[in-house]
Amino acid sequence: MRRKITVLLIVIVCFLLQTTFFKSLSFLTVSPNLLVIVTASFGFMRGKKEGMYIGLLCGCLIDIFYGDYLGVNALIYMYIGYLNGFFRQLFFPDEIGLPMFLIAVSDLSYNFAVYFFRFLFRNRLHFFYYLWHIMLPELVFTLLMMIIIYYVILKINRRLEDIEKRSAAKFV
Amino acid sequence: MSRIKRKKQNILPARYILLIFTVVCFFLLMGSFLFNWTSGPVGTAASYVFIPMQKGMTSVGNWISDKATELASLKNVMQENEQLQAKVDQLTEELNTLKLERYDTEDLRKLMALDDKYSNYNKVAASVISKDAGNWFETFLIDKGSKDGIKVGMNVIADSGLVGIITYVGPNYSKVRSIIDDNCNVSGMVLSTSDNCIVSGNLEKMDSSQMILFSNLRDSKDAVAVGDQVVTSYISSQYVQGLLIGYISEINENSNNLTKSGTITPVVDFEHLKHVLIITDMKTEIEEEE
Repeated sequence: MRRKITVLLIVIVCFLLQTTFFKSLSFLTVSPNLLVIVTASFGFMRGKKEGMYIGLLCGCLIDIFYGDYLGVNALIYMYIGYLNGFFRQLFFPDEIGLPMFLIAVSDLSYNFAVYFFRFLFRNRLHFFYYLWHIMLPELVFTLLMMIIIYYVILKINRRLEDIEKRSAAKFV
Repeated sequence: MSRIKRKKQNILPARYILLIFTVVCFFLLMGSFLFNWTSGPVGTAASYVFIPMQKGMTSVGNWISDKATELASLKNVMQENEQLQAKVDQLTEELNTLKLERYDTEDLRKLMALDDKYSNYNKVAASVISKDAGNWFETFLIDKGSKDGIKVGMNVIADSGLVGIITYVGPNYSKVRSIIDDNCNVSGMVLSTSDNCIVSGNLEKMDSSQMILFSNLRDSKDAVAVGDQVVTSYISSQYVQGLLIGYISEINENSNNLTKSGTITPVVDFEHLKHVLIITDMKTEIEEEE
């Protein structure tokens, strides 16, 4: 229960930051994708199932408020969370290389998916323009933000796991 | 007992849950695609939680953004001040000439019968509270909803130009799709010649040069020139007539030699959009009354 509420709070804070704070900083042309960071991080830290649920939550939020069609973002984010769960065995908290790589790939694949389904189908063929001007700037910015957010999530997760272990030990 | 039960629930492997949710998502997707499903009560509940928070966050972001611009501009201000002083003298002279010309213009305006239509629309002011989560689409939320009498299809303006159209209305917020969105098409009209054209938002053009595209302009007499005003057309079913979209900045002849296309510089500053006006008169209603 404690974990659920904490995760919900993290998702809400990131959703708000992403849609308001970073958008109103008008000197930035793109804004980072914080929800991808959250979804991917919980995916490789906690496994497929939790990544999937958190991805679904993030995607639903975007769909409810901004989506033209319900379920598009929910679907993409859910798969990002699920697929990141496969790397749980390879994940070590002190090493930042793998998380960085996974989050970069997740962010890129999210944008590829949006481009493919929402732009390519409407005959917008200049893929490299979009890659260079939308996807890559977002990627760089997302990775910069990741350094902060990832460590916050890591700390919170460690704390939660400690508490869970302690309360489990009490019952035994 | 309860522990055993919980373990049984967890036995369902992740891939089956994934499959179930995938099917649910596709179901929703089909529903919203074919039958225009909306988020309904879930969305309403969520809006009561998120909209007030978004309002607060946006004002914080705006404040920081303002401060940053202030700092950056302070350097230029000193330098500009000198230049401006010289300009003021020059402009005062010009102003006198313009005053004379104004009387002529006012007469012309009456002829166009456009100006008084503009001010006759009923308007409601609203603030922008948040923007689309990704970087692909140009939709944003405003802080007025069905409680304030907003309906889907109402036009949104700012800086005396067209901003967009309301596509979804919640109880305390509504979603606006702006004319620079890649999905957006507006039926426009060149004011000087009354030729119709289609104005469409384009992410690529907007990102590279802050412009939107127009196409299907029939102009056999070559009367349309760069700098001409483009307004919403009288044939549009969604937009009220005569809202300024922007100024033509480039005209190209199409290969069919019949139509022209090109780019328009929008009058609205979409980067710094904070307050907008919603025109509560809708095109369909106006037509019905007449």
